[in-house]
Amino acid sequence: MKSLKAQHSILADANEQIEIIEHGETGDFALIPFQQKLEQSNLYPLKPAFVEILQVNVGKMCNQTCRHCHVDAGPDRKEIMTRETMQQCIDVLRVNEQLKTVDLTGGAPELNPNFQWFVEEISKLNRHIIVRCNLTIILANKKYHDLPQFYKKHNLEVVSSLPFYSQDRTDKQRGNGVFQDSIKALQMLNEVGYGAEETGLALNLVYNPAGAFLPPSQQSLEQEYKQALKQKFGIEFNNLYVITNLPISRYLDYLLTSGNYERYMEKLVNAYNPVAAANVMCRNTVSVGWDGYLYDCDFNQMLELKVNSNSKHLSDFNINVLSKRDIIIGQHCYGCTAGSGSSCGGAVA
Amino acid sequence: MNEHYYNSKDLAKFGNVADYQKEMGEKFFAYYGEVFKDSELSAREKSLIALAVAHAVQCPYCIDAYSSDAFEKGWSESQMMEAVHVACAIRGGASLVHGVQMMNKVKEIAM
Repeated sequence: MKSLKAQHSILADANEQIEIIEHGETGDFALIPFQQKLEQSNLYPLKPAFVEILQVNVGKMCNQTCRHCHVDAGPDRKEIMTRETMQQCIDVLRVNEQLKTVDLTGGAPELNPNFQWFVEEISKLNRHIIVRCNLTIILANKKYHDLPQFYKKHNLEVVSSLPFYSQDRTDKQRGNGVFQDSIKALQMLNEVGYGAEETGLALNLVYNPAGAFLPPSQQSLEQEYKQALKQKFGIEFNNLYVITNLPISRYLDYLLTSGNYERYMEKLVNAYNPVAAANVMCRNTVSVGWDGYLYDCDFNQMLELKVNSNSKHLSDFNINVLSKRDIIIGQHCYGCTAGSGSSCGGAVA
Repeated sequence: MNEHYYNSKDLAKFGNVADYQKEMGEKFFAYYGEVFKDSELSAREKSLIALAVAHAVQCPYCIDAYSSDAFEKGWSESQMMEAVHVACAIRGGASLVHGVQMMNKVKEIAM
């Protein structure tokens, strides 16, 4: 499967996406504006709480082409963070100690040729590092087989998508053979100590719905996952994060082509939860694009909505200025406030 | 024909039945909510039972609601279809088991 960009889809254009998200495919689909909901919750304008996470998207290249990917990542995407931009991240971290966590995402972050160097440099600054590993990368090539050891050496928290504990749903969303490879990769991570309470090596899994529906309760699904993975494959992990799919990029494409878009958006709006809204991740995160520009979150990044601030790029990063900005919102934000909420760390309410 | 006895949008209006009988309506929905909570059976298991019962009583609203709910709660397509077969087997069996009554009657009157 090719990325939307390679297919020259109109959805590869961020402005086209925003137009559809705000007004529907025919331009006359109107739901309660997200801003109005925030106003009712006394949260508008949405402001940062305490910025402590630097989420860095090191490139859009990926060995998988998942059907729900909001990045439109894939093997044909060439956007990749350079070592110079990574150095700018390091410089920002060095002078901003309140950025306690660095969250590495992509694409498959490991496909960036400077990934290991970058991790080593961040490690020297004594920060908590999260890697959003798609699992199959570990088996994709011999040179990646030692990734579990590398993660362990730098005490990385590994967060990995496994949309379900059965092959059928996982492969439908992430591609044929992904489930089997993911299971092997999880076993490799377990072998070096990931997922076992006593090692402190955190292995967290991510569930996201394989279809046009909201995720179930995080707590009960985690128990099911733990039972099923332990029983069938002997796999252990720490936490399950349930994440709602946002109507962006390939998931938006799926919603539109399957005729589910309007129903799904109505579902999100009806499930608006003010408690989740107060805890959205954009309030404690700054997202960095592959080219060093700054965004409120990875979703705004994919919609090319740069932060509403004079500090727009790593080269002029100013945490005080960024902490006072108004966070850019849109109808897609309903995805993070539905039900128990959704963030890169799962439910928030 | 544009008019139908069943309209899928009516499912979202289910709660409105309390408008005409508040006390009974509220009691029913409180009970309903309690029934579907995690308890001795998980909410997930109850969802699959509800799906089977929905087919047994042939309620289109319930089939709509519990097809979504069961799938969202992680039941696979084949598991859900097996649940429908359970409903079918019980319904079919309920007819067929009365064949024993028929046999009894025939044996009573036949030479």
